[in-house]
Amino acid sequence: MKIQQRSRIYVFIFSFLVWIALTSITDIQEVIAGLLVAVLVSIVAGKFLITSEKSGHIFKRILSLIHYLFKFLWEMAKANLHVAFIVIHPSLPIKPGIVKIKTNLTKDSAITVLTNSITLTPGTLTVDVNLETKEIYVHWIDVLSTDVDKNTKTIGGKFETLLTEVFE
Amino acid sequence: MTRELIGMIFILLGIMFDFFGVLGLVRLPDVYNRLQAATKCVTFGSAGILFGVFIIQGFNNFGFKVILGIVFIFLTSPVSAHAISRAAHRSKIPLAKESVVDQYQEDNELKD
Repeated sequence: MKIQQRSRIYVFIFSFLVWIALTSITDIQEVIAGLLVAVLVSIVAGKFLITSEKSGHIFKRILSLIHYLFKFLWEMAKANLHVAFIVIHPSLPIKPGIVKIKTNLTKDSAITVLTNSITLTPGTLTVDVNLETKEIYVHWIDVLSTDVDKNTKTIGGKFETLLTEVFE
Repeated sequence: MTRELIGMIFILLGIMFDFFGVLGLVRLPDVYNRLQAATKCVTFGSAGILFGVFIIQGFNNFGFKVILGIVFIFLTSPVSAHAISRAAHRSKIPLAKESVVDQYQEDNELKD
C-alpha cells in the first residue's frame, strides 16, 4: 500500500511537470486544468510506475541510466551505418537467420527494455521471448555464429551489465 | 544562425537515413529483413528530423512536443516490429532462401 501511494505521488509530479512543459502557461486556469489532469492520471495509472522497493542508491541508478542511454545511442549509430552500407551495396551481402540468446535479467521491465534496445539496434530484431527459460529469439541480418553463448555476448552483452545496475 | 545550421544538418541526416530505410524496404527479400530496414533506418531518420526541429526551435513548448514525439517513436516502434515479426512467424511465413539458421523454428518443433 505504501509503495502504491509513493508511486502515485511520483506520477502526479511527473505528469504535472510534463503539462507545464507542454503548455506555455499564461493564465491560472491552465495551471488548474493541469492539476486536475495530473490527479486523474495518477489515480487511474499511478500504481504502475514503482512496484517494488529498490536496493540500490537512486543517484547511482540515474547515473547508470544516463550512461546506458549514451552507450545505446552510440551502438545504434554504428549499426545504422552498417545496415545503410548493406542496403546500398550492389550485391546485397546479407546472411539472415533467427538465433537464440540467453539473458540473466529477472524483472519484466528490464527484459522489456533489453528487447526494445535489441530491436532498435539495426541488424537485430526480437521475434519472441521465452520467460520460463529466459531465452530471447533474435532475427539477425548478418549471422556470425550459431553458438548461443557467443551470440549472447555479441547481441545482448553490451547492454545487459548496465541494465542490471539500473533495474536490479 | 549556427543553431539553424546545426538543425538543418540533423534534418538532412534524417532524410538520408529515411531514404536508406525505404531503399531497404524495396531491396531486401523477406518480411523479417524488410522489418529491419523499416523500423531501424526510419526510426533513426525520423528521430533525426525531429531532433533537428528541436535544435532550431529551442527549449520552448514547441520544442518539448518534438522531444515527446521522439520518446514515443522510440517506445512504440520496436513493439510493433516485434508484434509483426512474431505474428508472421506464427502464421508460418518462411524466411528468405538466403537464411542460414532458424533456432526459433527448431525449438517450436521440439515442443509440438
